[in-house]
Amino acid sequence: MEAVRFEHVKYSYREDESEYAVNDVSLSVEEGEFVAILGRNGSGKSTLAKLINALLTPTSGKVSVFGLDTSDEKQTFAIRKSAGMVFQNPDNQAVASIVEDDVAFGPENIGVPREEIGKRIDFALNAVGMQDFRNAMPSRLSGGQKQRIAIAGVIAILPKIMILDESTAMLDPQGRREVMAVVKKLNREQGMTVILITHFMEEALQAERAIVMHRGEVVMDGTPEHIFSHSDALETYNLTLPRAAYICKKLQAAGMPIGEAFTAEELAEEICKSLQKG
Amino acid sequence: MQIVAKGLTYTYNPKSPFASQALKGVDLTIEEGEFFGIIGHTGSGKSTFVQHLNALIRLSGGQLRVGEYDLSSKKCNFVELRSKVGMVFQYPEYQLFAATVEKDVEFGLKNFRKELTEAEQTAAVREAIETVGLDYDALKDQSPFELSGGQKRRVAIAGVIVTKPEILILDEPAAGLDPLGKRELMELLHSIHGGWCKTIVIVSHDMDEIAENCTNAAVFSDGKVVLQGKPSEIFRQADKLFSLGLDIPMTARCALLLRAQGIEIDTDFTCDDFAEKVSALWRKGGNHAQ
Repeated sequence: MEAVRFEHVKYSYREDESEYAVNDVSLSVEEGEFVAILGRNGSGKSTLAKLINALLTPTSGKVSVFGLDTSDEKQTFAIRKSAGMVFQNPDNQAVASIVEDDVAFGPENIGVPREEIGKRIDFALNAVGMQDFRNAMPSRLSGGQKQRIAIAGVIAILPKIMILDESTAMLDPQGRREVMAVVKKLNREQGMTVILITHFMEEALQAERAIVMHRGEVVMDGTPEHIFSHSDALETYNLTLPRAAYICKKLQAAGMPIGEAFTAEELAEEICKSLQKG
Repeated sequence: MQIVAKGLTYTYNPKSPFASQALKGVDLTIEEGEFFGIIGHTGSGKSTFVQHLNALIRLSGGQLRVGEYDLSSKKCNFVELRSKVGMVFQYPEYQLFAATVEKDVEFGLKNFRKELTEAEQTAAVREAIETVGLDYDALKDQSPFELSGGQKRRVAIAGVIVTKPEILILDEPAAGLDPLGKRELMELLHSIHGGWCKTIVIVSHDMDEIAENCTNAAVFSDGKVVLQGKPSEIFRQADKLFSLGLDIPMTARCALLLRAQGIEIDTDFTCDDFAEKVSALWRKGGNHAQ
């Protein structure tokens, strides 16, 4: 089933529409997909994300989430229930002083019965591996733990789509790994549709599809490997290659016969093969 | 100015149930002219340490000398010290506050360099803004809040370097920027380094960033310095770093995997050097065909 559909969507933050943050975007995301969205700051990624769960509605064109039109105010509630969003700053998203209250905030708002809320808290905290922190204070947790609680708060609404808007940007490597592991697990085990906005090329490689945005438009759409093999195009869009791919390119330029590599593991394998061939 | 710390200790909330010892005896020397990297897990004490360097945190145990300033002495001129040791916090763009870019950058100068005339101040502000790669005439009267994220961060840095500090400390300077923004920011720091600011100290979680940019580095763990040296030496000790819950650069991970296959790459772990060493190896040995 189609989870998200954009049809010629334009969005402008300006009243006179002199500039579009999202400019004529058409795309479709299937339920269960794991999509990474790449692009420079100001390329329209976050605007695109906010258009999905009706935090913004299109200036022109149409966005639908599971067939519901986001411009139809009567549907806003249902749309936000099916598309949850996690933001960048781990310190700005906690609403309660105790973890379980924080996770309960979403379900309480959408009128989930009391006894059901308890079950949802268990489920959500288990899903992010934070079940032992039920009575902890969010303010005393690490950045990665706070983001996992923010994700749990979204999971507790049982959304079908999770949108992460640079949710790992402010975390240390450990915190980043924790969050990515949770996101991958939700996608694999629960079939949750994941839309991941990120600057980390290594994270994009974990998605099955990547979309590159540039000046409000979708300029590339394909597997991450496909996208990272077009280094010239990436340069045009001011993106950088993952380090392994950059080294690969340098080796190729030096005349070494070597296949494509995007991670340390792939690079080591390719170098090995190439050296042993001789 | 040379930085010398000996047996530095610090405890937050001492004599309370929340007491936590952040520094447990830090011994570290940072020479003038270095582009120094400080690595460590969240909570390892690295931020507490750097905040000592311009006396944002007052010394409570051990010894610390920054150039001619002895921070353990009551007679230490802290105001003068702070104008010579600039500190850029994490996400400094959140600390912009003035109505215009010019006023924001000028603020530090008005506090630290009161002896300057109006004209000298304006000239210094212009120089600082241009040094961080922004157009002074176009931006000086704009509100800093209307700029892009990358520009805001540059304005914040200009506001610190405007006093011409000899040592510039930056906590996670490239965090949250997109890849090209990161690269541009590091290029900016290299352009300041050596001339405008003699010594640069960066705190970073990004091991690739440390490998690519730093002359020397120290690894903090549990309130102490556990490793120090050139990045190329530090990242050779992968097992030790892993045991501290830290990463190594992508190139070092790749070198480890190659070593397991009997291939030794003697590299400083920068991408360019790594590629060079691998292609040299290929030319020398493996490739008999040519």
